[in-house]
Amino acid sequence: MASALINVPASAKRGDIIEIKTLMSHIMETGYRRTAAGELIPRDIITSFACRYNGVEIFRADLFPAIAANPFITFFTVATETGQFDFEWIGDQGFSETASASITVE
Amino acid sequence: MRKSDNSTRRQFLGLAGGAAVAGAVPLVTLRPAGATPATLAGAIRGITGGAEVRTGKVKLDVPPLVENGNTVPMTVSVSNPMTSEDHVKSIHVFNEKNPQPNIGNFYLGPRAGRAQISTRIRLADSQKVVAIAQLSDGSFWSASVDIVVTLAACTEEVI
Repeated sequence: MASALINVPASAKRGDIIEIKTLMSHIMETGYRRTAAGELIPRDIITSFACRYNGVEIFRADLFPAIAANPFITFFTVATETGQFDFEWIGDQGFSETASASITVE
Repeated sequence: MRKSDNSTRRQFLGLAGGAAVAGAVPLVTLRPAGATPATLAGAIRGITGGAEVRTGKVKLDVPPLVENGNTVPMTVSVSNPMTSEDHVKSIHVFNEKNPQPNIGNFYLGPRAGRAQISTRIRLADSQKVVAIAQLSDGSFWSASVDIVVTLAACTEEVI
């Protein structure tokens, strides 16, 4: 069961630069490891992450096996208006998760 | 008879010496200090399309000595204004010795306010990590850091 941790300030002044921290629990199996029996474990990673602010994409990332397990990504944005951040993680083997957080801008 | 033996031996030694010298020259010229393996150069070319990559503007923050390569905190920041005319479009991070040269591509825009991203990466070996930023004017800037890793990630056996 995947779960996300999102850290967005609850409120900000208009024009403030705010930091957004996200963490999605995921094994991020590289596809390069082998079992003790020598079989290659198939790749299972999150390949793409995106953040939309009131429907407009403000940040996107392509992830590779070199991203550590439970991908933790932080980035910045300018608080322009009260509204909602939508986060989306898409990965191998049909992985797809979303999360959201709201912000009040004065 | 003895004379011709000697001459072939001399010819052989001469050829061997020549071959050694010829072999040594490309070795020296192809691998200068800090040479990047072909896969890393190829991955960077895939992003830049062969455009010139200048050093500067980018700051790559990674601990120089890493105990556990499975999770290495990394921060990339670019000292550049974030306006609609002049901003950082994307940040690309590469490595030298993992099975794959890519680590991540991060796409920003003028709305980011500050060109800075953090994440945690995996490193399979002591190696160089390169961060490249693409600006809105199409120029590329880079920074690289050499990292020593004591416990490697990625390829260990699952028990």
